Amino acid sequence: MTMSEVSHGQGRLLPVLVVIMGLILIWYAGAVYLNSTQLIDRYDKRNVNWNLGQLATDAWRMERPVLPAPHQVGLELKKTVLDKRVSSKRSLVYHAGITLSSSLLGFCLGTLLGIGLAIGIVYVTTLDRSLMPWIIASQTVPILALAPMIIVVLGSIGITGLFPKSVISMYLCFFPVVVGMVKGLRSPEPMLLDQMHTYHANSMQVFFKLRLPSSIPFLFTSLKVAIALSVVGAIVAELPTGGQGGLGARLLTGSYYGQTTMIWAALIVASVVSALLVTAVGFCERIALYRLKGGQVVRA
Amino acid sequence: MSQSTSHSTAVVQVDQLSLDFNTPDGPVHALAGINLEITEGEFVSLIGPSGCGKTTLLRVIADLESHTAGDILVNGVSPEQARQDRAYGYVFQAPALYPWRTVRQNVLLPLEIMGVSRSEQRQRAARYLELVNLGGFENKYPWQLSGGMQQRVSIARALSVEPQLLLMDEPFGALDEITRDHLNEQLLQLWRKTGKTVVFVTHSIPEAVFLSTRVVVMSPRPGRVMDVIECSLPAQRSLDIRETPEFLALAHRVRQGLKAGHSYDDE
Repeated sequence: MTMSEVSHGQGRLLPVLVVIMGLILIWYAGAVYLNSTQLIDRYDKRNVNWNLGQLATDAWRMERPVLPAPHQVGLELKKTVLDKRVSSKRSLVYHAGITLSSSLLGFCLGTLLGIGLAIGIVYVTTLDRSLMPWIIASQTVPILALAPMIIVVLGSIGITGLFPKSVISMYLCFFPVVVGMVKGLRSPEPMLLDQMHTYHANSMQVFFKLRLPSSIPFLFTSLKVAIALSVVGAIVAELPTGGQGGLGARLLTGSYYGQTTMIWAALIVASVVSALLVTAVGFCERIALYRLKGGQVVRA
Repeated sequence: MSQSTSHSTAVVQVDQLSLDFNTPDGPVHALAGINLEITEGEFVSLIGPSGCGKTTLLRVIADLESHTAGDILVNGVSPEQARQDRAYGYVFQAPALYPWRTVRQNVLLPLEIMGVSRSEQRQRAARYLELVNLGGFENKYPWQLSGGMQQRVSIARALSVEPQLLLMDEPFGALDEITRDHLNEQLLQLWRKTGKTVVFVTHSIPEAVFLSTRVVVMSPRPGRVMDVIECSLPAQRSLDIRETPEFLALAHRVRQGLKAGHSYDDE
């Protein structure tokens, strides 16, 4: 994962900055190109003589651009992240908090479900044969189609608020955890399992002393995927609830009113939230692997 | 096998033992009609080329494989019962240490599983690590140790169960020759000090002759015993003994036994 690499060495800072500069330049150029059709129409109607310089300046300060310029998104971010009180409904921090809480709950539930299913699959032969096809099938259903139904069904039996959104995060999260944990719990070499057999160890002892510790590296690889998915799940779940709050609701409101700047600001906050979560999991992974290797320095 | 031998001293008794593996290409006769009796305090080596069933025989004794015909008794009971009684310690080809446990915690693993009391656990770990000359390394992790030291930890761990029988499956096979010679001397001392019965699998003729009181020569397809050679080398012996005519004569006999099994024909 690049997260751990970024923190190593200052030498990497320069290439990262160059890439960011390049992306911003492309973004500005893209803003001119994508907004030009609208502007040229307007110029023609008013018979304005225009040049490229004018086009660019106008493209970068439109009210409702197709693609807002980076500084417009920056201003929107400043307005909604820094200038608003955190408790205000117009603050992106407030909305990010709503999304974060349901993704974290969904992530925890999904991880527990995934580990539970993996234990079942590893220990019960019939579950191994019967469960895995359904688990794979569950992920082929488009979540965008499933999310509104889950919200509606749970709502009709009186469950509303945070939990239904977490269920959708959980639905996306448990899959990588099941796959990783099944592999992890089966990762001890036959020799180590034979050794446990010679000690006449019972299955609980084999699980806690050998299989579970052996599965930790696999678990963390899965958790890094799952935590990013949990944010996606929470945002998708917020779309059908429409305007009640969360980054998903902001995205929906933005697209209703053609407020592209608002959409982009919400998107950037969402990716920052995901990146922070993945980094946090990566940090825990480094600590866990360090202990698992008996203090030998490892690059995760 | 003579049935008159008193059962109290026979640690391992193998009678007409056979084992067939079922593979997609038909059954493989891993062991056929093996007769062997190992008495208390002996050091018996099983030697032969790859595929002769020496490791399989050791695994049958340890109840890691089940035989398909014949009889086997370990400590006078079935291998399964003997395993449940923790009658043996098993040393694998690789050290099989847990990287997240310190040297001491690795030695403690079987004791934790057996439910030995905490104070007893610590005493035994100290005692057996001292016995394999690893006192002072208790708090190191496996990666901080050389291959030879790791295998000594694994031997200490097998001894910590305090079994009468030690089963060793090519324990020094992956080590360089200098380390191996050194460990052979240490193992011989350890055997003399503890009086354990040892069954030792190897494919090295000098190693087998140097360590053993008896060498069992095996040959493949099907796995069977070709010859059993008594080694009457003096109890106090150093590696120099490998230059003596007695030693060379014994090694020659082992080599003859291996040849008689046509074991190298197809190599």
